[in-house]
Amino acid sequence: MRAVVTVTGNDRRGIIAKVSGFLYERNINIEDISQTILGEQFAMIMMVDTSESKENFVSLATALEEMGREIGMSVRIQHEDIFNAMHNI
Amino acid sequence: MFSKFDVIETIDMVEKEHLDIRTVTMGISLLSCIRGSAKETAQAVYDRVMKKAKHLVPTAEQLSLEYGIPIVNKRVSVTPVSLITAAFPEDSALVGHALDRAAKELGIDFLGGYSALVHKGTADYEEVFLKSIPEVLSSTERLCSSVNVGSSRSGINMDAVRTMGQIFRDTAYLTRENDSLGCAKLVVFCNAVEDNPFMAGAFHGTGEADTVINVGISGPGVVSHALKFVPDADLTDAAETIKRTAFKITRAGQLIAREASKRLNARFGIVDLSLAPTPARGDSVARILEELGLEVVGCHGTTAALAMLNDAVKKGGVMASSRVGGLSGAFIPVSEDIGMIESAEAGKISLDKLEAMTCVCSVGLDMIAIPGDTPASTISAIIADEAAIGMINNKTTAVRIIPAYGKQVGEMVSFGGLLGRAPVMPVHTGSAEKFVSRGGLIPAPIHSFKN
Repeated sequence: MRAVVTVTGNDRRGIIAKVSGFLYERNINIEDISQTILGEQFAMIMMVDTSESKENFVSLATALEEMGREIGMSVRIQHEDIFNAMHNI
Repeated sequence: MFSKFDVIETIDMVEKEHLDIRTVTMGISLLSCIRGSAKETAQAVYDRVMKKAKHLVPTAEQLSLEYGIPIVNKRVSVTPVSLITAAFPEDSALVGHALDRAAKELGIDFLGGYSALVHKGTADYEEVFLKSIPEVLSSTERLCSSVNVGSSRSGINMDAVRTMGQIFRDTAYLTRENDSLGCAKLVVFCNAVEDNPFMAGAFHGTGEADTVINVGISGPGVVSHALKFVPDADLTDAAETIKRTAFKITRAGQLIAREASKRLNARFGIVDLSLAPTPARGDSVARILEELGLEVVGCHGTTAALAMLNDAVKKGGVMASSRVGGLSGAFIPVSEDIGMIESAEAGKISLDKLEAMTCVCSVGLDMIAIPGDTPASTISAIIADEAAIGMINNKTTAVRIIPAYGKQVGEMVSFGGLLGRAPVMPVHTGSAEKFVSRGGLIPAPIHSFKN
């Protein structure tokens, strides 16, 4: 399944390394990555493919959130369909 | 494909603007549960609800995590109980208690359908059923009750309207220890809909499929935020902004409704396009109206602003969902909306203005506290006025009013949580006793004869 990982918070070193490392360990492929600064906030958006990962989505989401807390960022993963639904006709 | 700005926008809607799915409501038919005795029927009802809705809460929680959209309430609506207990109406409470027990065990917040449809006349068994409502609402926690007393096709059953005035009073008295909370779980309708996912008025109509999923969206905070970006827009452009926002919100609801029905092996019923507020700051319908340029909700201009909002939400939402239904419009409950609470506390909104607002939005006089010593006939007259608005205008109207036992104008009732708090508002003191006591049926309006 394709999902969107978003990381928001104050910019700091090592965010991409930390998040991509986490995804690599779980066999999740990063298909696209982009970053942007919104006001003072750093935002990174990754398109990922979770089909090779053995971990179920709920525990993945929980683990990502936990990892986000450790690095002081807000990290989420969401099924891509929510964005397709809301932003495409 | 969506852009990174779309992603950020959705996340901001959830995290900063209170976007959520207000309710995923499973409608369950109870017609197959009728047995030879009340006891057996109550057991069959309990078993059926437990079986059908077993996975409702975990599935909704899973969907919420997968899509990153909070789903606030998981609810069940059932066939009007008066139909299920028609053969033994004096024991209707047994079924009510069985439903309440199922609701608690399933972990759902409200279960609707302790209801009767008496819009053209009250059958003997329904008369007995109606009398059971105060006792049942005071001895249950999560059960909600509704009564349809009128329709555009049939007129208004004034005998039932008279009965319901007293039933509100009795319910208020029996739940006096909790600010007459029972009345927050009781609603009287004209033109009730069979697929409403919202409480307290949800029931599963007899014209519905066996098990359906109806979803109620929310998002007044999102609409009000979007309007902040167009502070100088004229009202045509403001309506356009509301439409676009409603489209996005509804698409989220449509996605959840489709997935939930698939996973729960139920029919996809409808998406209800209502903007439902909560007492939380930033989640208020009143604030949208104020964002449009009103100093305070309740001032002159409120009805026009609400009419525009309600219509724009529908236009955006209808295009976003394949099946729209329920009440679909803006809700204006006093106790559940911080803007309404503050306006009422400051004496800036009256019962009369609220009544006018119900002519152009989806429901009616909702979650309004009035003095506990208001005569039953006055409450009946309030119901009759509201039902007349619904009957003549071919729309749903409702009354969920709290005659707060022992309280006077200026005092507060406080229910906590999503039900919020409300100052006791004054009612007109002239008597409608004679009018209400006439009873009978107000005939259906001339424009109901469409065949």
